[in-house]
Amino acid sequence: MNPKELLSFLKKNLKESILDSRIDTNKAGIKQEEFFNVWLEVGQNKFRDTVKLLASLQYPHIAIIAGNDTGESIDLLYLFSIYYGEKFKEISVNIKVSLDRKKPSISTITDLIPGAQTTERETKEMFGVEFVGLPDMHNIFLPEDFPKNVFPFRKNEKGLDELVQNES
Amino acid sequence: MSKSTYKVPIGPIHPSLEEPMTFNFEISGEKIKSIDLAPGDNHRGIEFMGRNRNIIQIIYLAERICGICSASHPFAFCRAVENAAGISVPPRAEYIRVIIAELERIHSHILWAGVAAHELGFDSVLYLSWKVREEVMDILEILTGNRVNYGMFMIGGVRRDVSKEHIPRIEKTIEYYKEAYQKLEDVFLQDPSIAIRTKNVGVLTYEEALNLASVGPTARASGVKKDVRQDQPYSAYADMDIKAITPDMFSGKVNGDVYDRIIVRVLEVKQSVEIIEYCLNHLPDGEILSEKKIAKLLGILKKAEGEGVGRHEAPRGEVIHYVKLGEGESPEVWKARAPTYNNLMSWVPMLQNQEVADIPIVIASIDPCIGCMDRATLVDANTYQKQVLTREELRKLSIEKTRRMMQ
Repeated sequence: MNPKELLSFLKKNLKESILDSRIDTNKAGIKQEEFFNVWLEVGQNKFRDTVKLLASLQYPHIAIIAGNDTGESIDLLYLFSIYYGEKFKEISVNIKVSLDRKKPSISTITDLIPGAQTTERETKEMFGVEFVGLPDMHNIFLPEDFPKNVFPFRKNEKGLDELVQNES
Repeated sequence: MSKSTYKVPIGPIHPSLEEPMTFNFEISGEKIKSIDLAPGDNHRGIEFMGRNRNIIQIIYLAERICGICSASHPFAFCRAVENAAGISVPPRAEYIRVIIAELERIHSHILWAGVAAHELGFDSVLYLSWKVREEVMDILEILTGNRVNYGMFMIGGVRRDVSKEHIPRIEKTIEYYKEAYQKLEDVFLQDPSIAIRTKNVGVLTYEEALNLASVGPTARASGVKKDVRQDQPYSAYADMDIKAITPDMFSGKVNGDVYDRIIVRVLEVKQSVEIIEYCLNHLPDGEILSEKKIAKLLGILKKAEGEGVGRHEAPRGEVIHYVKLGEGESPEVWKARAPTYNNLMSWVPMLQNQEVADIPIVIASIDPCIGCMDRATLVDANTYQKQVLTREELRKLSIEKTRRMMQ
């Protein structure tokens, strides 16, 4: 499947749940061959289905979840890639999900892709996002005795500012 | 009643680990029953620091995420920014970037081979392999001015050119490694004692490697043909025909054990030498930077909007950086992911049911870089449960002690 076919396959199955989409074409080398980034924004309740659809094509590789606190919402960007193994065939699929900042919550994908555990645990600690279905484990990067209601990567209240050691 | 299992913590500081990380093992006799990983001791808050720096300052910050992959992180970061802002890179710079990245791979893999030999108890092999590594450190110093933290990368190109005088010197290095490769193969792949200690140890199956999203030599040794240089080539890699190296190319089969990880890394040294040779023979002429004036470049970046992903196949696997440019000089989001972050989970199936004595070599087999993985942290003095002494209190204690001693 090429990126256009991939996008229309996802659109056919998810319909209006895809809130936004675009294909970035980049060029590489002296021959200027093309490779692609597919950017999607999907509704929170359809995110799991999107990952399942990707998995029906080829087992997707998850790189990381990049979180962003915009002040109004917590945006998670999942960086996936599929179709590895052949030159210029791999497509990066970057899926954005926007969560309510007051109570950010999304279902886990660790049952579909166990390798997502580290990044889900990191996002949980740093942004306070609840991953429904993710077993409650100890902190992975923050100290064990770190206050549970402070999320350091949020940009203002409940963020780092009040915690930073004063310079005196 | 005797207990059937015992808990054995290893780390954060332990002679067989180069970097701080805690492993909590539950063992029954000599066998490992369960593993709990507790990283985080090396958090430095690098992504957080990036919030207060401009894009060009972040290149140097990214370079310091890791002392070994000090070309990989700026490479991926520059690509992410270039993709976000639509900046193109001159062909000559693309080739120089690849030469530096592949020299780094040679030094990293040979460094790892030495560490692996050390974990197995062959310290003379450690010294010999690190002696072989010196040549590549020398050529990196000649090309960039530094043995580590090369300072070569810039948005839209590289900072230093490869001059005509450099080329015969690089050719000498290529010849040196062509000869040294044979020795490496003899020592690591033909030696029966290394084979006995590493075959069928720390096995990661193909399915596990896929499920746990493993990357780099760890995934390839389990037969997953995944390599960014092959799957989504960039820079000069796009002009070459690079194949992901799997152990069956050497031994005819894939076991996914520690021995297979040695095969992949040793063969990759040879592959890197061939890539550098190609780059030297096809090095295009022309500029090395798309915008020479840093102030002007910063102006362009300040106005630019958009988001981009930069990927690079580092010695340990895929490095991925995500940048979203926002208002002002600092990026709105900067996320860096190092390969050990993904390979972390692979330790669990690898160590299950292994013997305690195999812990060091299995842990070393993924070539972990804890410094890369733990990037972010905070200092917290007010709400800490434990008592944390402030500088004043420490100073007071120090003064009191001096007084006591003077009495």
